Amino acid sequence: MSADQSPKIVIVDESPVRAAILEEGLREAGFTEVVHIREMQSLLARIYAVDPDIILIDLENPSRDVLEAMFQVSRAVKRPIAMFVDQSDSASIQASVEAGVSAYIVDGLKKERIKPILDLCVSRFNAFAKLQEELERTKSQLEDRKIIEKAKGILMKVKGLTEDEAYVLLRSTAMREKKKIGEIAQSIITASEMLK
Amino acid sequence: MTGPLRIGFIPLVDAAALIVAVDKGFAAAEGLEVELVREVSWSNVRDKLNIGLFDAAHLLAPVAIASSLGLGHVKVPIAAPFNLGINGNAITVSPALHAALMEEIDGDRFDPLATARALAKVVASRRKLGAEPLTFGMTFPFSTHNYQLRFWMAAAGVDPDEDVRLVVLPPPYMVDSLRSGHVDAFCVGAPWNSIAVDLGVGHILHFVSDILARAAEKVLAVRQVWADKNPDVVAALVRAAVKAAEFIESPENLSEAAQILAQPERLGVDAEVIQRSLTGRLKISPEGTVRESGRYLLVGREGAGRPDPVQAAWLCAQMVRWGQTALSTEALKTAMAVFRPDLYDAALGHSGEGQASAPVGAFAGPAFDPQDIAGYLTSFAVSRRAP
Repeated sequence: MSADQSPKIVIVDESPVRAAILEEGLREAGFTEVVHIREMQSLLARIYAVDPDIILIDLENPSRDVLEAMFQVSRAVKRPIAMFVDQSDSASIQASVEAGVSAYIVDGLKKERIKPILDLCVSRFNAFAKLQEELERTKSQLEDRKIIEKAKGILMKVKGLTEDEAYVLLRSTAMREKKKIGEIAQSIITASEMLK
Repeated sequence: MTGPLRIGFIPLVDAAALIVAVDKGFAAAEGLEVELVREVSWSNVRDKLNIGLFDAAHLLAPVAIASSLGLGHVKVPIAAPFNLGINGNAITVSPALHAALMEEIDGDRFDPLATARALAKVVASRRKLGAEPLTFGMTFPFSTHNYQLRFWMAAAGVDPDEDVRLVVLPPPYMVDSLRSGHVDAFCVGAPWNSIAVDLGVGHILHFVSDILARAAEKVLAVRQVWADKNPDVVAALVRAAVKAAEFIESPENLSEAAQILAQPERLGVDAEVIQRSLTGRLKISPEGTVRESGRYLLVGREGAGRPDPVQAAWLCAQMVRWGQTALSTEALKTAMAVFRPDLYDAALGHSGEGQASAPVGAFAGPAFDPQDIAGYLTSFAVSRRAP
């Protein structure tokens, strides 16, 4: 690989969304040669075929152990591969492990070229994790809303309240008991099911 | 210490003493609060332990040694104050390979020399036919599985690097790979061999105890620096693991121990399958043949929990034999120092005196002598030892 050529990057990830986020970021940063491998069965064969300079893999992917073997049995591969982070880079390895990304770099690639790629991956992985978190939160908020609606219905029926009064009762109870309104609503539903 | 201890594990039966120590309350009784974290790869366990995201881990014994020697990755000295299992692996082969081996075998089918010689014949006739070499799955370059497969086949002259293919596969992928023909055989820990047999895609050819009478398998690993800083926590962990191992080894607790391990957030497989590994009564063929061994997996009996530096030396010798590292007095010393019977004894208030090493008991080659590894290794014809 000549110095001005874009390094060939392989992304090994079973999550198409995260791989897309990563790929997009890499392309924006000017890394044009990016290949995404999703199939784990023929992983090594695919990697040999692409012959990448850098392999990025999700830490939660069991195939990491397969990659570790690649740079042990260098006789089987065209070029030896080494994990990027060396002894002096414990801060980098910590950041990447915490973000959930692991990088394998073909020997000989210059460190100053690797650093921006890894930094980008870490921030993209973190962005993806945040996205997931938000998705979860929205989902649980939606779930809460459904539960509150149902609990309001029960209160209206049993206590003859209006919808507004039922909501005020739920809210004030939640405040008094220092609980989430969703939790109070859930206990009303549970109780009413038990009393059926 | 602040917060609970974070301890990583791979869902395998030989994490039993660790899991039971936490889930049955032996750790809490020692004043420890522990969060067990299930992991998907040995690389992850090693990395998270090395950088301090884990305080301790269920770790392949050879990975603990490789980490201390700086092989394959960054150099982080590891201490193993407790041995989580002796033996416990098995070699499983596809029905087709099993039939081919049984056709060629001359001798007892549980005799590893007889099966290795049969393998040599199968390999030779495949070569004559121009067939693809046989592929064997194992779990990690620095793994007991890798060394056990190599030791076995090389005894009959099968060169593990030239005559067959050895590939790394994550344990959960083993059974599927055998079914799809991606591999012809594998060596892995419980419960994966039993699962292959139950699904009708494999025959258990050998318990690893056929190959080595006593082989250290997993260790409870901590960073050396961490052990130095937290001697009381290490001692409490060892005591909790010792009590858990005693609990598991009492026949009346077997089914409860299997239930604990079977939980979805632990191993997540059927308790009955786990119990087979704990009792050493395993179904070895899809037709239902059962084989029993008192040495299948030792969790705590026969002093299994006490780390034995001779075992570390044997593993180091395998690394040298297969070209993963060069032999040096320094490397051997470092490897042996990973296994810490002193920490084990201190935790239990034992003096450690009169504790002899039990022999490795390999089926081939001379008796192992940690004082003369170079001499020991010259007796093996097949070797990748760096000149």
